[in-house]
Amino acid sequence: MTEIYEHIAGKISEITGVIDPFSIILILIFTALLFAGFISLFAGITSVVERKIAGRVQSRIGPNYIFFRGFFQFVADGIKILQKEDIIPDGADKILFRTAPYIIFAAVFLAFASIPVGMNLIAADLNTGILYIMAVSSFNVIGILMAGWGSNNKYSMLGGFRSAAQIISYEIPSALSALTVILLAGSLSMQEIIINQGVWPWEWHIASSPFTVIAFFIMFTALIAEGNRTPFDLPESESELVSGYNTEYSGIRFLIFFFAEWANLYVISAILSSLFLGGWNSPFHEGFTIGSVFIEATGIGILFFKSIFLTFLIIMLRWTLPRLRIDQLMSLSWKYLTPFSFLSITGVLFWMVLFPEGLPAVQYSITGFFILLFLLFIYRVIAVNLIKMKANIGTTTTR
Amino acid sequence: MNPALQYFRNIFDSAYTVFDGLSITFSYLFQKPVTLEYPNRNKKKVQDTLPDRFRGFLEVNHLTCTTCDACAKACPIDCITMDGVKVPGRKGKAPVYFYIDISKCMFCGLCIPPCPTDAIYFTKEFEGSSYDPKQLIYSYVSDETAKEYLEQNRILQMEKEKEDEGEEKQ
Repeated sequence: MTEIYEHIAGKISEITGVIDPFSIILILIFTALLFAGFISLFAGITSVVERKIAGRVQSRIGPNYIFFRGFFQFVADGIKILQKEDIIPDGADKILFRTAPYIIFAAVFLAFASIPVGMNLIAADLNTGILYIMAVSSFNVIGILMAGWGSNNKYSMLGGFRSAAQIISYEIPSALSALTVILLAGSLSMQEIIINQGVWPWEWHIASSPFTVIAFFIMFTALIAEGNRTPFDLPESESELVSGYNTEYSGIRFLIFFFAEWANLYVISAILSSLFLGGWNSPFHEGFTIGSVFIEATGIGILFFKSIFLTFLIIMLRWTLPRLRIDQLMSLSWKYLTPFSFLSITGVLFWMVLFPEGLPAVQYSITGFFILLFLLFIYRVIAVNLIKMKANIGTTTTR
Repeated sequence: MNPALQYFRNIFDSAYTVFDGLSITFSYLFQKPVTLEYPNRNKKKVQDTLPDRFRGFLEVNHLTCTTCDACAKACPIDCITMDGVKVPGRKGKAPVYFYIDISKCMFCGLCIPPCPTDAIYFTKEFEGSSYDPKQLIYSYVSDETAKEYLEQNRILQMEKEKEDEGEEKQ
């Protein structure tokens, strides 16, 4: 990746006559701003999409007044919340209170450095990529604890403590299940892991053995829990803790918390789709030679589509499941996910020893299983719809 | 149940319920929302979608009202006031003013059964917000109508006087 930077830096210095190191820094700043722009747009649009989906799930409409059917609600919300007063409580620890949102946002933003975008596009292809992401994303425990402690509010503090307990305990299954993929790929680098997979579903890591299927679902659950999403949103449970660690926050700092939450949604989905679901591998990478830009674009599009799909799934899960109790949360992590992630690691190790080349029959059958599951799901959705339609016949509606 | 069995049972149950729950929430994505976007985005006016026996604001037909005061007597909170005059070709009296204080009215409907001519009835109108409570005292006889009735009544009285004079002369 540094070669590309140097290449672009050279081009820029050719055109503008600026000395090299400066232009490299310029490029780095530009990349960071590009990601910041992407994050803000993604977080904003996801917030609207989530509210729309929530509305439809609850037979409501959702936001539909701002511009294009309420699609630009996030702009209005952002402008409104920027105008609000930034209140800092009297008894608050001012330094902790002020810095907490930035730390939380930084934790999410730093993860983007090692998240692949396309075949040759990644901000920093670290050879410890996934480890780096794991380390950085657990950084936001500190931010949440700071927010909880600094607010001088018992609910905030409880939220912060809960969050610390939750994120630390879910770190273990998520890291362990990521280990299965690391074993398969033989590398910690995100790009290497993606290159190790193929284009088609049976070439992905999720289908390589039954144990990676378990690992995928464990990691999915654990990452949702780490991102403090419902059904694991105990740190900010509105009904019990009046939204937990962000109770005392207002204005821009409050916005940054939610910003980080929705940006984290993309981090989760991108990690999962690059570790297990084939990442940016597109059928055009081999065979077709139309033009590198086109190939690159398909790769980016495929990874983005996978991430969007997972994001959608996570949003749907949020509006399906009720919140877990704190003891249920802990027992899920320690009694179920952690043992099974150990099982999946040992399973994958044995699998690699027994079938070094992989077992195509199992790969195909796992793909088939998921297709079957999908068809069953569609059948269930249609069946539920039909039952509801039958129940609605004869009843008058005021629509 | 055997605890070991229970353990695997829990896993199966959670997986199955998540699957089932997701299928239900997904099914709602393909259904129409039931929301009525009330003030300005309804396809139909809300008043038209209300049931027939909806108790909205009261309406008085001044053409059939006999000013018999039955509704005012039946009203438990005395929000109806009226007075009328005799008019030719009409039973009872014609109202010259008829006020109902809608801010007091509790929509009990007790004024409706006593009315001999069904002149008072409920409408489906319910949007009555105003900046001044005085605007909520609804008048059902316009000034022109009242003037007309008074004029007719004056003519009637003049005729009566003439008749009386004639009777006296005879």
